[in-house]
Amino acid sequence: MNLATFIQNILNSLTLGSLYALVAIGYTMVYGILRLINFAHSEIFMLGAYFVFWGITLVHLPWPVAMVLAILVTASLGVLVDQVAYRPLRDAPRISALISSIGVSFFLQNVAIVFFQAIPREVYRPQWLEDPILFHGVRVLPLTLFVPLLSLVLMLLLIYIVYRTKTGLGMRAISKDIETSYLMGVPVNRVIAITFGIGSALAAASGIMWALRYPQLQPIMGTIPGFKAFIAAVFGGIGSIQGAVIGGLTLGFIEIMTVAFFPDLAGYRDAFAFVLLILVLMVKPTGLLGERPEDKV
Amino acid sequence: MRKLLFICLALVLGLANVAYCADDTIKIGVFLPLTGQNAFGGQLELDGVQMAHKENPTILGKKIELFVVDNKSDKVEAANAVQRLIEKEKVQAIIGTYGSSLAMAGGEVSEKAHIPQVGTSCTNPLVTQGKKYVFRVCFIDPYQGAGAATYAYKTLGLKKAAMLVDVASDYSVGLAKYFERSFTKLGGKMVGTLNYQSGDQDFTAQLTKIISEKPDVLFIPSYFAEGAIIMKQAAELGATFKIMGGDAMDNPKITDIGGKAVEGFTHTTFPYDPSMKNMSAMAKKFTDGWRTMYPGKEPNVNSALGYDAYMIILDAIKRAGKADPEAITKALAETKAFEGVTGKTAINATHDAEKPVGLVVIKDGKKLYEGEIVPEL
Repeated sequence: MNLATFIQNILNSLTLGSLYALVAIGYTMVYGILRLINFAHSEIFMLGAYFVFWGITLVHLPWPVAMVLAILVTASLGVLVDQVAYRPLRDAPRISALISSIGVSFFLQNVAIVFFQAIPREVYRPQWLEDPILFHGVRVLPLTLFVPLLSLVLMLLLIYIVYRTKTGLGMRAISKDIETSYLMGVPVNRVIAITFGIGSALAAASGIMWALRYPQLQPIMGTIPGFKAFIAAVFGGIGSIQGAVIGGLTLGFIEIMTVAFFPDLAGYRDAFAFVLLILVLMVKPTGLLGERPEDKV
Repeated sequence: MRKLLFICLALVLGLANVAYCADDTIKIGVFLPLTGQNAFGGQLELDGVQMAHKENPTILGKKIELFVVDNKSDKVEAANAVQRLIEKEKVQAIIGTYGSSLAMAGGEVSEKAHIPQVGTSCTNPLVTQGKKYVFRVCFIDPYQGAGAATYAYKTLGLKKAAMLVDVASDYSVGLAKYFERSFTKLGGKMVGTLNYQSGDQDFTAQLTKIISEKPDVLFIPSYFAEGAIIMKQAAELGATFKIMGGDAMDNPKITDIGGKAVEGFTHTTFPYDPSMKNMSAMAKKFTDGWRTMYPGKEPNVNSALGYDAYMIILDAIKRAGKADPEAITKALAETKAFEGVTGKTAINATHDAEKPVGLVVIKDGKKLYEGEIVPEL
């Protein structure tokens, strides 16, 4: 492997890893606050991508407008999903909400198959994203530089919201003890709705970035990235925002470098990623940056 | 009241008996998906069969009667449909079907009843495997791989090939195996075979490796969902080699999704397309006949295969000199040079059709039927 190929692989890893990180942030945020793995995240991700490209192709909106609108619509959809599928189960055992989220995931996916059809659709990309920058035999896509930056910005923004705002205070209170939060006057349902709104906006943003990188829309497009990002979030320590970013990047590097150094294993690289995940969890059961589960009295 | 019912019953039975006794007709059953998920392809094939029947309603001086049953795109229904054709309608031969799993379910029944069945567009190798009475007018998946290799090496003169194969798909693995076998046999060199799994969306690592091996051609026996974005990523990574694929890449959306990246992409297909240049006399006759019979509806390869399935049975009956199921089966197995709409067809030892492989190339953002090639296995 010469130097140019090696650097190309590092860039490939960075692109893939930061996309995983972006999706993982959304998973980990909802989990960190509600202790709910929102399996519908990957479908919200898919819908976000569809919305933006509809905005562009059907309504002829300019790019940035379509993107902001799609994120807002998806965020509202996330709040709606919470109201319909999770809120009635707030006092039920946690497993019920988990099952409900799996149900929502299947429901949204099938609705998408019925209305958008299963045939893959094209994605319109602005020209400045199309042309790679050539640098000493290494090709850099503009998106390769943009996505890690976006992940970083969103990560910092999220940390700010959770640790520096009043809503964030409510979120942290709910994550510690939901019943006491009620007693302390935290507007629990509103804070949870906001959490889902932000989580879904993140899913939409990552869905859009994913569709720009792999320009093809289909109803099942969220499933595999969703699974991978979930793994990344667990690997980094589910509930930890920084952990999700580190987990996503690590997974991206493992996947690309496995193929780069062991080309014969290319078809089984997912198995590799899973084995690594299990090994890490055996040594650190809470993930790289996960908190120790606190004993409740 | 009971008497009336009795009379009715007697009448029905009598009529059925008359139909059964009428020995001067030959009965051909058709089972195709006319409802359900495969209805679109099934209907086109039925249109082809019915057109062939309308043009050729008699053989050996006997009238041919068609019995059409809908298999509803369902495996159980497919078996029932064949059962009904054999037991109730007493057909001497069966045409069908679109969809390999449906053909397999129906084929089990025909095999047990010793009635010949001719598949239309069921391409899975298992459909005819170990069957004495099941045939098909399409070639099977691996055969195309050899066609692609022959075209790459002989026609285009490309000497070094790489492959990107979906290890989770029998179709992809089968196609790749035969491409490699044929390509190396012809004298070409394989410089790298990399794998992925259905559902993957990032191929940059594999493509970076392949680009570093500098092949002349990359063969991607993929489904459409992966194929277009593989080409897109290859272009972004600066690939300049030729890319080829199989019939699963045949999709009208390919240029919408792939854009400039799919320009020059060539895939194999069944050798019929209404837009093909240098049409054979049969294909031309079929296309013109279709347009008069079904105005406003374009024929496609499925309708051509439906047409050919009917005609190859007639050809077998003519050569056998009688319409007895055993005789038809024997004659079908001996088919050497049947002139079909989809090219000159021979039935091989495994009862699959061998015929030239069609080639489609993407040129100026449009699909162009390039021509045919005879694979060198």
